[in-house]
Amino acid sequence: MRLAEAWRVALDALRANRLRSVLTMLGVVIGVAAVVALVGIGTGTKGQIEQQVEGLGSNLLLVVPGRLEAGSAPAASTMTLDDVEAVARVVGDRDRVAATIASGETVRAGSRSAFGSMQGVLENTPSVFVRRLDRGSYLTRTDVTTGRRVAVLGAGTATTLFGDRDPIGRQITIGGVRFRVIGTFERLGQSLGVDRDSEVHVPVTAAQRLLGTDRIDGLAIRAPDRERIDQLSTSVVDTLTERHPDSDFSAVTQEQILGVLGDILGVLTGVLAAIAGISLLVGGVGVSNIMLVSVRERTKEIGLRKAVGARPRDIGVQFLLEAVLLTTIGGILGMALGVTSAILVDAFSPVPAAITWWSLALAFGVSAVVGIVFGVVPAQRAGRLDPVVALRTE
Amino acid sequence: MTAAIVATDVSRTYDLDGVSVSALRGVSLTIEPTDYVAIVGTSGSGKSTLMHLLGGLDRPTGGTLLIGGRDVSGLDPGEMAKLRNETIGFVFQSFHLLARTTARDNVALPLVYRGLGRRERRRRATEMLERVGLAHRVDHRPNQMSGGEQQRVAIARALVTGPSVLLADEPTGNLDSATGQSVLALLESLNSEGVAVVLVTHDREVAARAHRQIVMRDGLIVSEAAV
Ligand SMILES: Nc1ncnc2c1ncn2[C@@H]1O[C@H](COP(=O)(O)OP(=O)(O)OP(=O)(O)O)[C@@H](O)[C@H]1O
Ligand SMILES: [Mg+2]
Repeated sequence: MRLAEAWRVALDALRANRLRSVLTMLGVVIGVAAVVALVGIGTGTKGQIEQQVEGLGSNLLLVVPGRLEAGSAPAASTMTLDDVEAVARVVGDRDRVAATIASGETVRAGSRSAFGSMQGVLENTPSVFVRRLDRGSYLTRTDVTTGRRVAVLGAGTATTLFGDRDPIGRQITIGGVRFRVIGTFERLGQSLGVDRDSEVHVPVTAAQRLLGTDRIDGLAIRAPDRERIDQLSTSVVDTLTERHPDSDFSAVTQEQILGVLGDILGVLTGVLAAIAGISLLVGGVGVSNIMLVSVRERTKEIGLRKAVGARPRDIGVQFLLEAVLLTTIGGILGMALGVTSAILVDAFSPVPAAITWWSLALAFGVSAVVGIVFGVVPAQRAGRLDPVVALRTE
Repeated sequence: MTAAIVATDVSRTYDLDGVSVSALRGVSLTIEPTDYVAIVGTSGSGKSTLMHLLGGLDRPTGGTLLIGGRDVSGLDPGEMAKLRNETIGFVFQSFHLLARTTARDNVALPLVYRGLGRRERRRRATEMLERVGLAHRVDHRPNQMSGGEQQRVAIARALVTGPSVLLADEPTGNLDSATGQSVLALLESLNSEGVAVVLVTHDREVAARAHRQIVMRDGLIVSEAAV
């Protein structure tokens, strides 16, 4: 009964000072909205990246030169195509071992040019990574063994160079060397911040000749099953180290990449949420401030309530409820605003956003806690007011 | 018959920036359940201070004070509030009604702190408003009522808990004399029904109607006489 009265009085007080209540809530609204929206964007980005890494193909093992440790400089590769053969023997299936040498090159067709990422690869690349062709055909084993100058264009490069025309069979130059287009990829979009539609695949041998090297940058292995990945990883690294005793090699799985990316994004999301949380804190201070004003304004009312039998606790609860009501209403409005912003960002910007129920529950809980924390001092002050002094106040 | 309130040699000293101001300097007074007492005295003589003590709104700095047989020195603020709620009704010169709140809800307020349900509160409040002749004003807000009506709402609020003592500090101070008379008549009829009434007044005529007159000066009772 007393609690019901406290609710009624608290609501009444907020209604009596509508503009002031709304302005006070605004701080909480903005804080909660920022937390919800930023956490949504963080979650959405993480989800997208996970999807993309998974989209590379399952059970993938990437082998690169050097050590993958924080602070270690990227190492120059010592691997050659002979190493690929050796690794393929370890894996037992040469279709599961892809090799790459990559270089940024200017690609021209007639008067048009595009900056593309030239990837010197083996013919088995589509069976290791998920890459689908839009038109034409992929590189063949013969293309690779003979170092034929043929190219498969990413969707973006194809559009830049040829527009709506069919590129198949046409001539392009890569780094000034002539190639013939034999196929185009389906559009992929961005992956891990890299535009994958500007890739241009050519036989690894042709790329090596163009770049004047016999090295490759790295290997990718599609393990037959998940259980064997770790074992495979060790034996591949051992094989390579045996062949190049002076070099280090590292193998990473998708799970490891996901784990690292997830950690980085988690920290980023946390930092963003914390910054947003500061505005929530500022909102809380505003609530505290207004509650102190409210207590002062209603000193006489407090005195009267005490005179007719209100205990300090009854008065305290009444003002605490008022503060909590202020912040939770602000919290609900902030959630609505945050969700709306996240949906708009998701729909109208390249940044993905996903709303999770826990972030909403957290935002609501936090706004209630902010009300309690910042309402407690004004509430205590109200509860402790001396009734005589309060009644004498004019 | 046990006395409603017993004050023995009570004093109240305020500490004003290190300087102590004695508002009451040893006052002894007993209020019987059927009493009708008027307290008079010059401004600043300590009348309101005494009323606040008698009603358990304040605590003496010296002496002993029993309200409803209980020594207030042993009670915490919560227990004091309960004591006020159960035994005392206050009426103030400036009414002290809650604005934006109807007459009925104003009257029902003490019952909130007694823990009664809304329906029961409203029933008793309506009954009490009828009792003070305001059956037609239950849904009016203070700013929609005259001073006399507001004071009768305040009296209804003081009575709704069925207190044994009604403390009224200059209840007619803000009213014209005709309205004041009707408020007094109301207090007197309550007194005849067994509620002790203690009122502070500056008006000799009002004081003369009480059964007992107490004159205060400088924080002391200087004379006490049955009329
Ligand atoms: N909170 C306080 N702090 C300091 N002194 C106070 C306080 N309250 C009252 N006093 C002093 O106590 C004395 C008695 O005050 P009180 O209000 O009881 O007088 P009163 O008889 O009711 O006067 P009036 O007829 O004007 O209402 C006064 O001198 C007053 O200044
Ligand atoms: Mg006074």
